[in-house]
Amino acid sequence: MSATNWPQMWFHFFRGLYRQLGVLGREIQGKRGRAVVIGVPLLMMGLFFVLPFVIILKISFSEAELAQPPYTSLWAWAEGGYLTIKLNFSNYLLLWQDDLYLGAYLNSIKIAAISTLFALLLGYPLAYGIARTSKAWRLTLLMLIILPFWTSFLIRIYAWIGLLNNTGVINNALLALGLIDQPLQMIRTDFAVYIGIVYCYLPFMVLPLVATLVRMDQTLLEAAADLGCRPTTAFFKITLPLSMPGIAAGCLLVFIPAIGEFVIPDLLGGPDSVMIGRTLWTEFFTNNDWPLAASVAVAMLAFIVVPTLLFEKVQERQEPAQK
Amino acid sequence: MNGQRSWFITLMMVVGFAFLYLPILSLIVFSFNESRLVTVWGGFSLKWYAALFRNEEILNAAKLSLLVGVISASVATVIGTLGALALSRFGRFRGRTPFALMLSAPLVMPEVILGLSALLLFVSLKQLIGWPAERGVLTITLAHVVLLTAYVTIVAQSRLTQMDESLEEAAMDLGARPWKVFFVITLPQIAPALLAAWLLAFTLSIDDLVIASFASGPGATTLPMVIYSKVRLGLTPEINALATIVVLLVAAGVISASLILRRRER
Repeated sequence: MSATNWPQMWFHFFRGLYRQLGVLGREIQGKRGRAVVIGVPLLMMGLFFVLPFVIILKISFSEAELAQPPYTSLWAWAEGGYLTIKLNFSNYLLLWQDDLYLGAYLNSIKIAAISTLFALLLGYPLAYGIARTSKAWRLTLLMLIILPFWTSFLIRIYAWIGLLNNTGVINNALLALGLIDQPLQMIRTDFAVYIGIVYCYLPFMVLPLVATLVRMDQTLLEAAADLGCRPTTAFFKITLPLSMPGIAAGCLLVFIPAIGEFVIPDLLGGPDSVMIGRTLWTEFFTNNDWPLAASVAVAMLAFIVVPTLLFEKVQERQEPAQK
Repeated sequence: MNGQRSWFITLMMVVGFAFLYLPILSLIVFSFNESRLVTVWGGFSLKWYAALFRNEEILNAAKLSLLVGVISASVATVIGTLGALALSRFGRFRGRTPFALMLSAPLVMPEVILGLSALLLFVSLKQLIGWPAERGVLTITLAHVVLLTAYVTIVAQSRLTQMDESLEEAAMDLGARPWKVFFVITLPQIAPALLAAWLLAFTLSIDDLVIASFASGPGATTLPMVIYSKVRLGLTPEINALATIVVLLVAAGVISASLILRRRER
């Protein structure tokens, strides 16, 4: 092939490459194709998601020491060919005995539960309104609900610092109006953490609620009205019970991530609003106690598994209803 | 009575949307503030934008975040699509339940646990085989792929189960090979959903502070890590300017993507 014919050469090259790919495709099709489709995700998640949990479990039984990496090995070869395995349970005992950790767990649950309740109280009317508008409006309003979710999490929390600070927008406005004499302490309180969680997770509450409310049979309400039922009664007797699956899904979708939240309590919460995610972060980055952080993580998983199984149950019950 | 209740609903919707948008609005307004104070208005100015574009630390972190975001979102889209394909098209194969569980578990896992587990894996691997020698872009990307794959799988799987399978079956009956069926029939139909999944994955990666903080080494600082360290020291108008740019870019991106998707659906 002459050097003047570069384009044609490239054409042949790519055609050859393409044919080779075709051959490769035929090679790995059928059973082998299936193996690739299952195998690649399996390898990726197995290596980088499942294996690390085994390692966390292992390290949670070791001791912290001043070394690189800062924990002891579990096993060692002793004199005479003995394999010695040292399991250190003191991390778990500490979690159970020290009020700091148990308190942090209970506090996480409390904060997550209260925030979920607030999110429901704000999200339900919102979802109800969205579900009852025309279809074009519904899509626009849903878009407006989701849009903040796409912007940075950190930036949304930063925005609230500016609002809630002692010299922040809300306090300045209230002072200027003469409603208060001195700034309200809002930042660094549990109240600020509730606001942060509701603000960041509101879409998770509203979307499942809208989905169930839209699917609801409107003729039931008409029938109730025809039979002389007042709208408020009809709401509590018909709409609310029928939207229970949406309520359950929304509440769990807010509650589960809220338990392990780190950024919101760290930036908005005070020294009292200790949550378990924050404790893990401190043990790791500030105290450099990797084994303790690992055991906090293992214990934390237990708190995630229960609500997640509940969520699965709710989903299962919802699915036959859809069909 | 009915009118009364819809009055209440309208009020709650106004309150709800005000709650969602007023903080962002105040953030944007104060990014144009002349004063150094973030919450006291001192006249209109663009100086914080100028300061932002001179800030090397923020610019470098932004570049790093974009790099990690593009790579991890792309890898996760490929792996997540494969996973979704296995879950929606292969019937009840052996080990399907643990497979499905493994692909969806990162969604409900607290970020601190995902970050810690990724870091401990990298440290242990380094001890055993000497790789990865240094934590940085690669380790952040790998840790992100785990989380993002779960999101992509969910999106792709819901699209694949909605899809009409008869076209695929017809192509298969006419003798098309499985891979050809995928590329010619399935992929064009799920492409809009995959685009949406990629965008979601990309924003999640760009936005992540916790996992990146664990998986990163001394050399690599992502944008959220810089913002976080600055926010901890107090409010600065530069962050307001940065936030405004991010919000506007995201709004433009999401709105145009959804318009494209809606046009394709027609």
